Parts: sequence; C-alpha cells; structure tokens
Amino acid sequence: AEACASPGMQEGLDDGPDFLSEEDRGLRAINVDLQTDAALQVDISDALSERDKVKFTVHTKSSLPNFKQNEFSVVRQHEEFIWLHDSFVENEDYAGYIIPPAPPRPDFDASREKLQKLGEGEGSMTKEEFTKMKQELEAEYLAIFKKTVAMHEVFLCRVAAHPILRKDLNFHVFLEYNQDLSVRGKNKKEKLEDFFKNMVKSADGVIVSGVKDVDDFFEHERTFLVEYHNRVKDASAKSDKMTRSHKNVADDYNRIGSSLYTLGTQDSTEIFQLYCHIPLFYFSQQKIEARVSADEDLKLSDLLKYYLRESQAAKDLLYRRSRSLVDYENANKALDKARAKNKDVLQAETTQQLCCQKFEKISESAKQELIDFKTRRVAAFRKNLVELAELELKHAKVTGIYFCFHFRQLLFHRIIEVGLEGTL
Amino acid sequence: MAAEREPPPLGDARQPDLEELEDGEDLFTSTVSTLESSPSSPEPASLPAEDISTNSNGPKPAEIILEDDREDLFAEATEEVSLDSPEREPILSPEPTPAITPVTPTTLVAPRMESKSIAAPVIFDRSREEIEEEANGDVFDIEINVSDPEKVGDGMNAYMAYRVTTKTALPMFNKNEFSVKRRFSDFLGLHSKLATKYMHVGYIVPPAPEKSIVGMTKVKVGKEDSSSTEFVEKRRAALERYLQRTVKHPTLLQDPDLRQFLESSELPRAVNTQALSGAGILRMVNKAADAVNKMTIKMNESDAWFEEKQQQFENLDQQLRKLHASVEALVCHRKELSANTAAFAKSAAMLGNSEDHTALSRALSQLAEVEEKIDQLHQEQAFADFYMFSELLGDYIRLIAAVKGVFDHRMKCWQKWQDAQVTLQKKREAEAKLQLANKPDKLQQAKDEIKEEIEEWETKVQQGERDFEQISKTIRKEVGRFERERVRDFKTVIVKYLESLVQTQQQLIKYWEAFLPEAKAIA
Repeated sequence: AEACASPGMQEGLDDGPDFLSEEDRGLRAINVDLQTDAALQVDISDALSERDKVKFTVHTKSSLPNFKQNEFSVVRQHEEFIWLHDSFVENEDYAGYIIPPAPPRPDFDASREKLQKLGEGEGSMTKEEFTKMKQELEAEYLAIFKKTVAMHEVFLCRVAAHPILRKDLNFHVFLEYNQDLSVRGKNKKEKLEDFFKNMVKSADGVIVSGVKDVDDFFEHERTFLVEYHNRVKDASAKSDKMTRSHKNVADDYNRIGSSLYTLGTQDSTEIFQLYCHIPLFYFSQQKIEARVSADEDLKLSDLLKYYLRESQAAKDLLYRRSRSLVDYENANKALDKARAKNKDVLQAETTQQLCCQKFEKISESAKQELIDFKTRRVAAFRKNLVELAELELKHAKVTGIYFCFHFRQLLFHRIIEVGLEGTL
Repeated sequence: MAAEREPPPLGDARQPDLEELEDGEDLFTSTVSTLESSPSSPEPASLPAEDISTNSNGPKPAEIILEDDREDLFAEATEEVSLDSPEREPILSPEPTPAITPVTPTTLVAPRMESKSIAAPVIFDRSREEIEEEANGDVFDIEINVSDPEKVGDGMNAYMAYRVTTKTALPMFNKNEFSVKRRFSDFLGLHSKLATKYMHVGYIVPPAPEKSIVGMTKVKVGKEDSSSTEFVEKRRAALERYLQRTVKHPTLLQDPDLRQFLESSELPRAVNTQALSGAGILRMVNKAADAVNKMTIKMNESDAWFEEKQQQFENLDQQLRKLHASVEALVCHRKELSANTAAFAKSAAMLGNSEDHTALSRALSQLAEVEEKIDQLHQEQAFADFYMFSELLGDYIRLIAAVKGVFDHRMKCWQKWQDAQVTLQKKREAEAKLQLANKPDKLQQAKDEIKEEIEEWETKVQQGERDFEQISKTIRKEVGRFERERVRDFKTVIVKYLESLVQTQQQLIKYWEAFLPEAKAIA
C-alpha cells in the first residue's frame, strides 16, 4: 500500500486499463433528449460474443396494446438490425424522415489478431509482461464489445423515440418475434443490386443538387450539411490518430517505468535505487494520464463518427426531397403537355396531385426533422465537450497533485533523510 | 512496486526551508490541504510553482545557499542554472522555467564544503595528490560554455565552428574569462590525446560526442531545415557536456593539452580524427585486434571487487541501452502526438466554422485552440524528454564503454606483467643452462649478457607489478568517482525532469479550466 497515496486516486499504481471505469452505456450521450417514456422502452440487456457473431438480447418494456406482453426479450444479430434499417429506407412513407443510421458491423478482427499474436509471442517475454499485455488486450476487446452493443442500442432507442417510426410493423416484429427473422446476410445478387442502387443515387444526387431550391431553409440546410459532413469526417479521422498517438505514448511510459524499476533493483547503490523509484511513480501516473487522454479522444471520435452517419442520413433525406421535387416538376410538365395535346389529362392531373402532395408532405416533415437534428446534435456535442473538459481537468489536477505532493515529499524527506552527504 | 517508506517526522528546523521556497501562484494549495497526508508529513506548503506570466525564477537560491548542508542540497536541486547562450533561448520553453536547461552537470560557483573554500590560489599551490583527495567534492571554480555554432566555408569542406567560453578563477589559466573558436574535430583531437595519455593508466576519460556523417553532410550541404538545426543544437549541447565532464576530472584538468584547447586561439588541426582517414581506419583495426585479444586473455582475478564491478557495469550497460531505446521511442511518439494534435486542432477549427449553431461553433473553435496549445506543451515536453533524459542516457552508455575500456587496460597491464615474469623465468632457465655448459671463452660473455638481461627483466617484472597495482588503485578511485558523478547527474536531471512534468500539468489545468465554461455555455 502506498503510504503517500491519497485514497481519492482510484488508479494509483494500478496497471489495469481504465476503460472499465467509464460509463458502460456511454454512447447514450449521443442522443440526449430521447424521451424514454413508458409507452415504449427498448434496451440491449445482454450480449454474447461467439466466434464470428454477436448475439444481442433486445429487451422491451411497453404499455402499448400492440404487444402481447408488457415486457419481453428476443435475441437478434447484426444482420437483423440492418434488415430493419433497410426496410425503413425502402419505405416510401418514411421518405420525409431522417432514418436513424444503421449501427456499424461488429469488428473484432484487429483485436483478435493482436491477441493471437500475443499468444504466439508468449515465449519471448517475461511472465509479468505477458500477463500485463494480455490484460490490456482483453480490456481493449471488452471496450470494443461494449461499444458495439451501445451502437446497436442507440439505433433501437432512436427508432423507439421517433413518433412515426416507433409504430412501424417491422420494428414491432423485430422486437417481439422470438424466432430467427431469417434475414441471412444479403447474397451476392442482392449486394450487387444495392451497389447499383447506390451508384444511381449518387449520380442522381449530382444532378438533383444542381437544382437550386426555392425554399431558403432547405437551400441553407443543403449547403450546410454537405460541408458539415465532410468536416466531421475529417475531424473524426484526425481524432482517431490522436487516440493512437496517446496510446503509443502511454505504452512508452509503461516500458520506461519497467526499465527504470529493473535498473533500480539491480543497482547496488542505494541512492540509485531511490532515484529509480521516483521516476517509476511518475511514469505510472503519466501512463494513466495518456490512457485517459486516449479514452477522451476516442469518445470524441465516436461522437464525430456518429454525427457523420447522422449527417449522411440527413443528406439522404434532402436527396429524397429533391427527388420528389424533380418528380413534381416532371409531373407538372407532363400535365402541361397532356393539356396541350388534350390527351390523358385526368391521369396526368392525378399524378401531378400525388407528386405535389408527396413533395409537400416530405418538405413539412423534413423541416421538422432537420430542426430536431440540429437540437440533438448541439445537445450531444455540448454534453460530450463538457464531459471531455471536466474529465481532462480532473485528471490533470489529480496528476498534478500527485506529482506535487510526492515531488515535495520525496525531495524533502528522501533526499535529506538518506543524505547525499554519504556519497560525497 | 514502489515501496514507499513512511517519511520520518520532520523536525522544526526544516519548516523554515519550506516556507522560504513558497513562491508564485500555486494551483494546488486548496486541494493539497484536503488530501489525506501521512501524519508525519509537514504542512503541505506550496511547491515552488512558476507563475507563467511573471518572470520570476522560482526559489531564490541565493537566500538558501550555504546556511547548512541540507538546505544546500535542496538548493542545488532546484537552483536555477543559467547558461548564457542566446541562441538557446528560442529552443527553450518560452515560459521562464527555473531549471530546465539542457543537461549540464554544471559546477557550482560556490563550493559546497562550507568550511574550506577551494579558492583559486589554494589549488594551484597544492600537489596533484592533494587536489585529487579533495576531488571528493569535485568542485572546481571553472565553468565552460559551448555556444554560437557558426558555419564556416561552403560545400563539403564546410564545418561548424563553436565558441568555447571558459569562466574561471583558477590561476593555472592566464585570464578569468576567455573564449576560443573550435570545430568538432578539435574536440575529437583533444579526446584522442587525453585518452592516449590517461586511459592506459586507469583514468576514465570522458568520451567525446559521436560523429555523424549523415547529420554533418546535411549541414554542409546547407539544408536549412529544422532537423539540421536540431542536429547542430544537439551537438553543441553534447560538446558542452563533454567539456564539463572533462574539466571536472581533477587529473585531466591539469593536463596541458586541455589547457591549450581552452586557451589557445590557434590550434593545430587534428586530421587524424577523420572517420575515413588512414588514422581512422588504423583505429578501427586496432579496436578489432583489441577485441580479439580480450577474448584470449584469461586473467586470474585475485580481487573480487574488480570481478564484481565488471559484472555490474555489464548489467548497467544492458539496462541503460534498453532504457535509452524506450526513451527514444517516447520522444518519437511524442512528436507524432504533437503533429496529430495540431492536425486535429485545425480540423476542429474547420468544423467549428461550418457549424451553424453559434455557441457550439464558438466552443468548437475554442476546443481547437486548446488542442493547439496542448500541442505546444507536447512539443516542449518532448524537448524535455529528449534533452534531459535521452541524451544523458546516451552519454552514460558511452561513459560505461570508457569504463570497460579502462578495465581492459588493467587486464592488458596484468598480461604484460605476467609476460615479463614468463620471460624472466626463461632467462633464468637459460642462465642455469649456461652454468652447466662447457664452452669457457664464449661462456663469460654469454653469462654477462644473460645477467644483464635478467636484471633488465627483473626490473620489468617489478615495474609490471607496480604498474598493475597502480592501475588497480586508480581504477578503484575512478570508479568511486564515476559512481558519485552518476548519482549526481541522474539526480539533477530527474529533479529537473519532474519539475517539467509538474509545469506541464499546471498548464494543462489552466487550458482545460479556460475551456470548460465555453463548453457549458452551449445552449
């Protein structure tokens, strides 16, 4: 036990990584103003990681009459979430809403590879080094796992909070049907179809975006979103790099601390041993500092990545609205032509009316969606930035106090007590 | 891991020390006092913290020095070392820091032993042995600066000239303050001379900084980038440390070549130091031959001390190399972190610009600024990591090589002595043979010759034994000196390094504290 350590410092010289000490469901922060009302509450209560898939236990609490019970759970896999998301996207009725972005595929490959490499290199390192590294990699794996759970949960919560989407039948089936949904991953043909669809969409996007919007609100939103999306992408990539660098620095401090310790224990000079313990202290704390910074960078990265996906979803909404505007304009032209030729006028009128209605419906809901998006975004960033500053501040203070306190203690007590006079 | 013993209760006598050192703004006073400190520790006084805005220099050493030994030691730990080198300022942290300078185990101006003052005339009159006795303090009134690197000439014949300034009150020098211009090969030449004269009798001659063909070529070719500036600065600091270490050695300080190096305005060029010269290649060949010889000499070590020490130095060498590699990795990663932080800051600023919510936009811009400032901090920390730690480790790795060299010389000395004994034995056997031979006329002449040779070899054996004893004695003293120096060097550096860490923390706190209200203001 550390005689000098304050009990308030949770890590002290503990070498374990700090991922576990942070909020488990940290990503809830992304969606701050979710109305978790009694009508429908969804969460992922459990998750199991098997060889190459993750099984999520989706737990629902609802007072709605649509469901057979008030509380129930099902097991779902990633592909089923994607199926649900895609069904929203393909549903014309939801064209006027921002579809909550699909959660990313669980990716443990990198982590698994590292663990495997560690296992192979077991013979070349000391038992302590091996145990420590193994612990760290396992913690990393756990952190990735927690994150993927959170991302899947956020998706479901967003759907549950959306006034229209929460009523979707597919969604209810997803929540309640306790058999496999048999939405095995898209086969090659379907994947190819998707690919072409996306290509057409982006080609279209170029054409459609050329049309200047009469409505100032939407014109502004489009300009804003395109730029914002790109910048968020850049910021999240840079934040990732920062995370990696912080981790590297932390690992270096760790190694240096170990080296100094070995040096101190091997050296015959009592004084030298003393001086090796001081840096060891500081390097441990520095390592913790760097890890905390890495964690914070990661959180910021995650926030940015999430808003990258959301801004894409918002762009998609604008695209759909533009498409419907083009359809409306085409219908107008067709109507004019029909009237001129006096042929199929009624049909043309009906088509035109439908297009008009669709366009107006989309525009109306899109406006509200975009306003809500902004509110959500601002709130999420605020929460994250405040948290970031508070945590960095707290840790800097703790480290500073730690350093100062020990620095002074050691300087006054150790040096004078041991007495360098003896060596002079 | 770090088993901290309970600090002993402090006597009242020490309280004044703490108070005297309170200075400047302390961010931790309130929080520190709430910490559960061990009962026997003193009232947490404020650390001599730096107020960044003012030009204060931390604890005022003048007030503390020489009151008694203990305070003196502390003063030494945080004493401001100011080496007047103008070109070094831009490289140092812009904030005035108390003791963050490149590693230079400087000699104190005021002697540490309070009763005797090793003032100038006294040293000059004493005999060499007395000076060496007093070398326990290793404090001589001499200070060396290496500054003003200047490129002389053009193209591949260009070289850097450094100004070597000596400040001293020692009367062996003609003036109190003088400076000369020297180039890198001059330093190597000096080392070469000293090594040749002193290493084979057991003195640990501090090694000169390493040559770097790549580094120098860049400078010669005129590449004006940060890496060549860094290289020049690194070299300048290394040369300074080299000279400081050399003049600290009481025996070397007396050497006329050293004096000539420091004083003479013109110095004959040391051409033999060129890496690819004939002499250079000869050196390499000799080194290889030595290595082979070492393997074939099997010494009967009668003195356990030497065996123990050799093993220790072997271990130390390995550990230091490992540590050095880790520190270099740290320096590299810190630089990366700095670059990545700067890139993120720019990106965050751009994001802030495109964000259409005013308060969030402003907060993001502020975040960008904080990250930029933190990047600066990282750079400065990298500088500290590097100069304080990495270079010192490099120096010691080379020093240990010199120590090992000295041990090798002792082995050779022993071998020489043994060889002399063997030869003497052979001569005696030859004499005995002659006694039994039957050729009277040649006999007397041969007998006389052999007698002469035997006398000669007897003398050599005696000399060999004396030499061996002398070198063993010298090495013992030198190793003792080396150990003391090592502790002192590391202590100085570690204290400075820890101070830099504390400062970085204080700055970090300031930055995040300034940012927090901006984040909270997002509505």
